[in-house]
Formats: sequence, C-alpha cells, structure tokens
Amino acid sequence: MSAFLRAARLDISESLRARWFLFYSLVFGGIVVLLFVFGLTESRILGFTGLSRLLVTYIQLCVAILPIFILITTVRSVAGDRDAGIFEYMLSLPVSLAAWYWGKMIGRFTVVFLPVFLAMAGAAAWSELREIGVAWDLFAVYTGLLVSLSWSFLGFGMLISTLARSPDVAQTGAFLLWLVLLLFLDLILLGVMVREHVPLEVVVSLAVANPLQSFRTAAILLFDPQMVVLGPAAYVILDSLGTKGYLAFALAWPVALGTVAAWVGYRLFRRGDLP
Amino acid sequence: MITFGNVAKTFKRARVLDGVSLSVVRGDRIALVGSNGAGKTTLIRCLLGEYTHDGSVLVGGLDPRTHRREVLARVGFVPQIPPPLKMPVGELIGFAASVCGSDPARMVAVIEELGLDYGRIRKLPFVKLSGGMKQKTLIGVALGRDSDILIMDEPAANLDPEARHIFFRQLAARKDDGVMLITSHRLDEVAALVNRVIEMDMGKVVLDDRVADSVDMASRMRCRLTLVRPDDAFARTLRDWRFDGDGIQWNGLVNGPDRLRFMCMLSRYTGLVGGLELVEGKEDAPCAPATV
Repeated sequence: MSAFLRAARLDISESLRARWFLFYSLVFGGIVVLLFVFGLTESRILGFTGLSRLLVTYIQLCVAILPIFILITTVRSVAGDRDAGIFEYMLSLPVSLAAWYWGKMIGRFTVVFLPVFLAMAGAAAWSELREIGVAWDLFAVYTGLLVSLSWSFLGFGMLISTLARSPDVAQTGAFLLWLVLLLFLDLILLGVMVREHVPLEVVVSLAVANPLQSFRTAAILLFDPQMVVLGPAAYVILDSLGTKGYLAFALAWPVALGTVAAWVGYRLFRRGDLP
Repeated sequence: MITFGNVAKTFKRARVLDGVSLSVVRGDRIALVGSNGAGKTTLIRCLLGEYTHDGSVLVGGLDPRTHRREVLARVGFVPQIPPPLKMPVGELIGFAASVCGSDPARMVAVIEELGLDYGRIRKLPFVKLSGGMKQKTLIGVALGRDSDILIMDEPAANLDPEARHIFFRQLAARKDDGVMLITSHRLDEVAALVNRVIEMDMGKVVLDDRVADSVDMASRMRCRLTLVRPDDAFARTLRDWRFDGDGIQWNGLVNGPDRLRFMCMLSRYTGLVGGLELVEGKEDAPCAPATV
C-alpha cells in the first residue's frame, strides 16, 4: 500500500474514533429522521412533493451547517495535531509530505462526505421501501453538489490549517470565512446593492464566486427556474449560463476553488516549518 | 556522515540557533546537552528536515528537507514528549513499520524486551498509556527498524531501572553501528552512553569534546549500602532504584551507565551513608570489585 493510502487510512481511522465524528453523523442522520417524522414527504409546498421536498429541505440545511462543520473539524484536528506535537513525531517517519498532506485530505473528505451522503441515501432507500417515489436524477445532482461543497470547504480548511500556527487562530479564521461567505449570499447582497448602489456586475461576480451561492442556486434551480425563492443575482447568473451550464458550473467551480486552496496550502506546508 | 554548516534559525525576533557548525562521523555517540532554550530540540528538528533554516544540514550528502524519505529512512527518532496519538498501539506500530519498510514483529520484539506486554496494550489508545509505556513503545519503533542514525530526546527519562538496563543493552548492541544523538538537560543522565559531548547555550555550540569510552553499557554493578540510621526519604529513593533493604542494610543492582546518576543521588544523602560497596561485572558473569 502506498504512503498516500496509508496516510488516508490513518486519518479515516482517527476520525472514526473521534467524538466530533459521532456528533457530526448524528446531526445529519438526525436531520433526515426529523424531516421524516415531521411528515415533510407528505407536504406540498411550492410544488415539491414526496422525497423531493425532503431532499430540497435537507440540501438547504446542508448549505447552512455543512461548511462550518467541515471547516471547524478540519482546522481543529489538523492545526491541533501540529500544536500537540503529533506532526513532530509522525513527520519524522519516512513519509513524503505530499503523501501525508493529500492522504490526510482524502481521508478527511471520506469522513466528512460519507455521513451526509449516507443520510440522504438512507432517506432514498426508505422512500423506495415505502413506495413514496425517489427522483433519482435529483438525488444524483445533489450527491454531486455535496461532493463539490465538501471538497471546496475541505480545501479552505486545509489552507487555513497551514496558515494558522495555533488551533485557536485557525478556528477563528474558519469561522470568519464561513461568516463572510454566508453574508455574501444572494439576498444579503441584494440588500447591500440597494442601500449602497453597488454596480450589478460586482454583485453578480461576488455571487458567482461564492461557492455557497452556487450550491444554493443549483440546488433549487431544478424546481424554481424563475428563482422566485432566491435573489436577483442568482436570476442573472442563471439567465446567462442556462440551467445545464449553471449546473456544470456549480459542480465544477467549488471543486476548482477547493483544489486551488488545498494546493496553495500544500505549497505553504512544504515551504514552512512542519511542527 | 552528518554536517551542520553555519545553521541558524530565528523565530520572529528570537535567534534560537546561531551559526551552528558540526561534523558527525560514523561511530559518534553524542550527548547534546544544554539548558532549556539552548537550541537542542531546534537543532534536531533541522536535522529531521522539519524546520526551515539558514545554512546547511546534510545527511550523507543529502538535504533532509528535499530528500525527506531517503534521509528519514535512516533515522530512528524518540521525542522527548510522546505525541498524544489516539490510535491504538497496534495501529501505530503497523503504520510506522509500513512506511519504514520494516517488519512490525521487530518493533514488537524490542517493546517486549523492554518489559511491555504487547498483547495487552495492542488495542489500547497510545495516549492512554503511562509515560514509561509510551517511551518504551517509541523506543521499539525507533530501534525495531534498519536505521543508522538514532536521535533520542531524553529517551530514558520515564523508564524504570530494569527497562533502562535493557535499553542500554539494546543501545550497546548497536553502538558502533552508526550515529547516536542523545539530548539531555543533564550530562550525568547520558554520560556513560556517549563518546562525545556537545553542549549548547543560547543557540551556539559552547563545548564539543570527546569523552572516555570505557563503560560497558551492558554491565551491572552489585551494590551494598549501609546507612547510619533509617531514613524514610532515602528509603523511598532506594526503592525507586529497586533496592531491597530493612532500613539500615540495602542491596541492589545499578546499571553500568547509571553509575554516575547513582553517585549523584547518593551525594544528596552523604551524611546517612555509613558504608558502600559496588562490584562491577557483566550481568551473568562473575563480578570483580570496582569501587569500594
């Protein structure tokens, strides 16, 4: 087995033993269970019915809590490991920095993505059993969006962990990043635009660049092509790119952003002091 | 084999290493001594390729930062503070053995020789072990592989006398095999293990000297101690050294390399010592008088 796979497996094993993982899994599993318990599959609001309604709600909740979960757990464990002296020892073993860093990232991606996906897959399986009906195309799109969002914020988390020299600073940085991206969501941008007379192009560019916005817009556009439940920036973006174009963008852009962030983090990691 | 060329390291405005130049050849067993903040750990981290620095560090002609795998494959490392790893001991051994290209059974053999029941600790989280057990496990990882450079930061600090004796014997078995670098705050802790002493202060090398190489690391000394009167504190200390006694007469074994430490300990109770006999010999050989 290569050093890369060993490092990934080590990170997966460490995460599975950690309390945060149990809590993390319970939160996402619990959300799905609660959505079933409150009969969301039976409701008919804004045209969504059956499992589609549940999936849309689930994905909207994911956009709010998944990024902060990924950011905080990643920076806490990576920066925390360095702070506690784990890097000093583990990096004295003959493992390449590339294998260690990217192995850690892939391992971490596995453990942050799987509970979110399995909760959704569990809901789909239950719906099949209950003959509620599953929109598999929607399921596939949402799976892709979750991969994209998870990878993106994992990349940010790895970059912040490399930049910050202590877990506290890393945690603060992660929280600030999440807050800024949340503030620059469509509806808040609208408020800024109206009050401050910011040019529309700037607002749209900010919205396009924000992975939270692309996730949110793509998650809803299959149901609401007029974007009445979202804001004007989403509408302009969608008008320019079209449904398929936007979906492709929403899947690719966060992945590219996360990869670039992780790559910058890796370059800094290689160049700086390791422990 | 290892050269440090004008190595300097600065953290913010603090200069932790200030132009360190050293040459280490095969067979060198070095005690790297100095007070806290002298720069010992920083020098080791530069050697392990973990810190950026000015100047050059070369191991067999290779830079540890750019040739990590080649250099670190030759290095066995025991840190001063064991890392708080949550993984089970078995997983740590498995990971270390696989990246080092070693057989886990070799590491386990060293650990068991040091007195740990591997079967009992295999599934325990490393972080839950006692200080001594952690130290023994890390020594097992460092010695249970092919490495010709051994770097140990206060390696025997948490070991009991019996484990120290076995550890010294393990080091003796490989003492001329490569390079050994042992850091300590106190020379008496490691004096008998080494043939060269490097003292650091304020990031500089202030002493680099050869020392006599006459102590057999595998030897043991039988000791009989007579006190002028019983003393509770002294009795506790002697029991820590695994001595048996009734308050006045005490008998025990002192590891050859520990003799200086033992004498230092006795010096704290000089007024209580009425008689002392130390007899040196190999563990299983007849003993000959050495010091009376």
